[in-house]
Amino acid sequence: MNKPESAPARNTKVMNRFDLTSRLVAKLKNEEAVIGGIGNTNFDLWAAGHRPQNFYMLGSMGLAFPIALGVALAQPKRRVFALEGDGSLLMQLGCLSTIATLKPNNLTMIVMDNGIYQITGAQPTPAAAVSDIVAIAIGCGLTNSAWAANEEDFERLVEQSLTAPGPTLIGVRIDDKPGTGATRRDPAQIRERFMLGLGVREAL
Amino acid sequence: MAASEGQMASQSLNEKTSQSKTWHQVVLQTLKRNDIRLVPYVPDRVLTTLIKEIHADPYFISFPTAREEEAVGIVSGAWMGGMRGAVLMQTSGFATLANVLASLAIPYQIPLIMFVSERGTLGEFNYGQSLVCRTMRPVLDSLAMEHHTATRLDEFEFIIDRSIKQAITTQAPVALILSPLLTGGKVFDK
Repeated sequence: MNKPESAPARNTKVMNRFDLTSRLVAKLKNEEAVIGGIGNTNFDLWAAGHRPQNFYMLGSMGLAFPIALGVALAQPKRRVFALEGDGSLLMQLGCLSTIATLKPNNLTMIVMDNGIYQITGAQPTPAAAVSDIVAIAIGCGLTNSAWAANEEDFERLVEQSLTAPGPTLIGVRIDDKPGTGATRRDPAQIRERFMLGLGVREAL
Repeated sequence: MAASEGQMASQSLNEKTSQSKTWHQVVLQTLKRNDIRLVPYVPDRVLTTLIKEIHADPYFISFPTAREEEAVGIVSGAWMGGMRGAVLMQTSGFATLANVLASLAIPYQIPLIMFVSERGTLGEFNYGQSLVCRTMRPVLDSLAMEHHTATRLDEFEFIIDRSIKQAITTQAPVALILSPLLTGGKVFDK
């Protein structure tokens, strides 16, 4: 119980959420959808540069992967990324089984794991010292799940996911830094812009 | 039934055919008529036949989720991606949704369509179910959400077809509560 940070994720470098998010966004050339989970996860997605295909959650903690699954089912030809925190995912672990059952091959899930609820004062999550989120995902049937060893490995896993025959989950250990930006909290506009970005709507 | 099929169909309150259909056939056909293909659910005894029929129809993409909230996230994402959905659940499942309604469906203006099989009233045998049932309408009313309780088969198609269309055109969620008066409910049988 003495190790505060996700102890079971051994041999993985502690990286930074904003840096990894920026690396991901820099790779996006095909109007890929990106769902940013509550709090720091979507703040860093916003700070990495707004794109019309980004969706930012301002609540509903734990629903980044389910929302991304919905987008992936609706638009099977579009690659969908979901960025979620470890604390958020713990709220909705059941969705991993749902996703493993449906097996959308256009979905890449990224778990930003710092073992803490950074935004509420850096309290450790109940999983922090004992649970391995990638092992949980594999146990749920998401066989294509792995920890990224470092930034280069993260980029390699992202690339690999693009042609994977099923959904991919990438775990990344991150530091305890807060998010870099702050998303504009305008839910109706976020949703409308996202739908425009996905080609579902046309602007008035 | 000549012009404007959708309009006419929803005016069929006294149409003979709707009298001879079962309530679950009405749900299935009304979902189809409104292009609703995605139907995630957390099962309920009363919904068993409907779920079976939806699974048997290749038009639908239907699957169980671990929680009702998860299903709400899925249909919200699908809506934004251009695919319509509806969530099936029972009363106690609705009771887990206040946060996602207040932080996702309503502020993001997502036409979330929910069918809620009502337990907790008209012959309930589990005290907890009867208590949680009493939280449902106060939660819906506190969020000023549209909701209807369907009790009669002759009104059912009108209520759900109109409500689905209203949800979509006004970009606002709706709860369609299936009363035991409509479905028979679940009764103590052991």
